Amino acid sequence: MRLEYFQMIDRIIEVDLEAGRLRAACTVPKESTIFEGHFPSYPLMPGVLLIECMAQTAGWLVCMRGRFAAMPFLAGVKEGKFRTLVFPGDRLEFEGSVVHEGSGYTVAECTGQRDGKKVCDAQLTFRIMPYPSPQFREAFFTWGERLELPIKELAR
Amino acid sequence: MATTFDKVADIIAETCDIPRESIKPESHATKDLEIDSLDFLDIAFAIDKAFNIKLPLEQWTQEVNDGQASTEKYFVLKNLSTRIDELVAAKGA
Repeated sequence: MRLEYFQMIDRIIEVDLEAGRLRAACTVPKESTIFEGHFPSYPLMPGVLLIECMAQTAGWLVCMRGRFAAMPFLAGVKEGKFRTLVFPGDRLEFEGSVVHEGSGYTVAECTGQRDGKKVCDAQLTFRIMPYPSPQFREAFFTWGERLELPIKELAR
Repeated sequence: MATTFDKVADIIAETCDIPRESIKPESHATKDLEIDSLDFLDIAFAIDKAFNIKLPLEQWTQEVNDGQASTEKYFVLKNLSTRIDELVAAKGA
């Protein structure tokens, strides 16, 4: 997890595009400037960043289902729950699944687990929009390739 | 049996916290009810689920932006209800 770059996912464990399901893993860094404020002497992974973990997990799934033709932008979070505290060094696993693919939007669900126990879950709505620029698209693809996503196979 | 308009109005009332009695067949979703695009996504999701269809929002938006259709055609609720009925009928055909 590269917190300062908002790159929350370390690797994709499994993808089932037909079923609309993706599992991803990451490790919360042991040190980050974020933990100096959240909180002094009691570092905790902020809940908003767990939402970002879920959004990126489900977001990559939405990208792949759409063959990277457009970009999913997070538009809504419902029923976001943080069931236990998450600490620096924790190894997390997220599972995203598609609930509904509408015209120009997708609704997904995602859960996060630590050692097989649920730590968070939410329903996420993404607005599917064109890439803002070719440069953005290339940078986004580079990010996906770092996660070993089959972008070339799906997008081109 | 509830009409398509009744179901749509119930969805809008629940999704957007708008009093049900203020939602009329002649109401325009954005101009009269002031539903923004994010709330309309929630409404579209609820309509898609309730009627087992996929509202072609991207196509409608394109038609409006290109000047081929007025927003009234899709966003006045009695017209939206007609569009839903057409989509349901096309699915069953």
